[in-house]
Amino acid sequence: MSLTLTLASRNLFHDSLRFVATMVGIVFSVVLVLVQMGLFLGFGRMVTSIIDHASTDLWIVPKGAKCFEDPSLLDLKLRNRVAGIDGVATVVPLVIGFSDWRLDSGEMTPVFIVGADLHDSALLPWNVVDGDVQALSQGYSVAVDRTYFDRLGVSGIGSMAEIRGRKVKVVALTDGIRAFTTTPYVFVDLKNARTFTGTPSDRTNDLLVRLNANADREKVLQAIRSQVGDAEVLTTAEFRNRSRSFWLFGTGAGAALFAGALLGVIVGTVIVAQTLYSSTKDHLTEFATLRAMGSSNRYIYRVIIYQALINAVIGFAIASGIGAIVVEMTAKSALPIVITSWLVAALAGLTLVMCVTSAFGAIFRVVRIDPATVFMR
Amino acid sequence: MSDIIIEAKAVTKTFGSGAREVRALRGIDLVINRGELTLLMGPSGSGKTTLLLILGCMLTPTAGTVTVCGTPTSNADKEGLAKIRRDHIGFVFQSYHLFPTLTAAQNVRLALDIRSDRGGRARKKAREALDRVGLAQKVDTHPGELSGGEQQRVAIARAIVANPSIVLADEPTAALDGGSGRTIMRLLKDTARERGQGVLVVTHDPRVVPFADRIIHIEDGLLVETPAGEPERVHLPKAGAFEPVSASES
Repeated sequence: MSLTLTLASRNLFHDSLRFVATMVGIVFSVVLVLVQMGLFLGFGRMVTSIIDHASTDLWIVPKGAKCFEDPSLLDLKLRNRVAGIDGVATVVPLVIGFSDWRLDSGEMTPVFIVGADLHDSALLPWNVVDGDVQALSQGYSVAVDRTYFDRLGVSGIGSMAEIRGRKVKVVALTDGIRAFTTTPYVFVDLKNARTFTGTPSDRTNDLLVRLNANADREKVLQAIRSQVGDAEVLTTAEFRNRSRSFWLFGTGAGAALFAGALLGVIVGTVIVAQTLYSSTKDHLTEFATLRAMGSSNRYIYRVIIYQALINAVIGFAIASGIGAIVVEMTAKSALPIVITSWLVAALAGLTLVMCVTSAFGAIFRVVRIDPATVFMR
Repeated sequence: MSDIIIEAKAVTKTFGSGAREVRALRGIDLVINRGELTLLMGPSGSGKTTLLLILGCMLTPTAGTVTVCGTPTSNADKEGLAKIRRDHIGFVFQSYHLFPTLTAAQNVRLALDIRSDRGGRARKKAREALDRVGLAQKVDTHPGELSGGEQQRVAIARAIVANPSIVLADEPTAALDGGSGRTIMRLLKDTARERGQGVLVVTHDPRVVPFADRIIHIEDGLLVETPAGEPERVHLPKAGAFEPVSASES
């Protein structure tokens, strides 16, 4: 280990109380940023989970539809017009909307109906852990997520409830399909979706378009756009981004999460800066001695920067451990915190930047050291 | 190679201005040579610390010139002065100024580390320097576990390990008992005699006089040089002077 690194680490560990305070500051900051950004990512994923699981290539949505949950309707005649375009394999209507779910106890709870034609497999429930999705075509059948059992008053396959006055039977169970609005998704057949949402038979909310494998994507896209009038044609990625943008930034939720993250960075920077500055002040005589011995300012900066980096590495390691626990604890919650390798790398970089930035105060103090002070008695 | 390590010509130093002006040095001419142990003595407030700071490149004179190993200091900025110190000067401080969290060997290595002399060679040099001051067994000991005399010996090892042209020692014996003070002065004397380095000791401790090759007395910012062996301006104690232990040192 280099002597500068040794000196930096000894300076840090010499005052264990201050070191603990520094660690608390860094860990608090990093965990706060991690949670906020993890929530941001989790929220972003959750608001587009249905879009992400559609197996088609394009979405035709009412003009100005901001998100998947937009209740505006399209004329179903569009379906035939688009289906006739060269390169289009299938066009699947999707009916969505809020409805009322009545528990056995008589209590009502809102649900969000998602209904597509089962035969086209354009948008089927995923993560099915029990039952059979194809059974949704039989009578008034529904698929629900098991995390909503209590909410929906059901206990498993075969449980009964009531939607809009119709008795429904749970025929499939999923795991982890959660809605960020806390209103449970209920997957049904297209025909039942119309019944449960009151959507007329000549209307649909969206059209899901699957292209032929060998189709010229751009060409077909242009052809569809020329046929849909006021409706909009979006790729899956475009619709995903639009939905995310609406929920995260249109509602202010994203800004709030970013503000929380920024607060974490500020708090962390201030705490680390304060402790580094105070540590440097305590070691001013040593730095002055180094300067008197002829060390360059750069040498002294290196000691301080090493202190900052040691803080960053240890602080980040502890924060990562705590972050992993937090992620695990929220995995089954309504809004799980999502951590990606990119987020971890960005947080590591942020921690380093935060700690090194914090060292500037200490460095400015050291710059002013007069080496002659070591001769003052 | 010239014998002159430091040369000061007509050096003056003034602090403050107007009614609060203090003239700490009033035209100092001084030469420090290789192989000599020079004592700079004088009462408190005589200007000896100011002169040490100027010769040690930590202050620049108000007027006059100082050259260290042929390099003038007058035009150097702070980093330039630090480089002159790094290249040519070793320091021994009254309060030792060792790094309490580092071992004796690491303290000595610091003087090499700031000169980018690192690795196994630096470790070997540090061990040899500690061996030279009689602390071979204390390389892994922290300053807090050493006596005052031992700490000052570590400081001397740190000052000489990079083989500087001159060692400037500020009251190196002031905080030490007689035995430790004698050891320190013997080491500084050896540094001058055997290694050919210049040694300037700033002191008001008359016990160190017998070790001097030259004694320079400063009063009110002016120098009065006294040949060695004629310490009439120095108020020697009736008893207790550090006696050199070998004939070669007398």
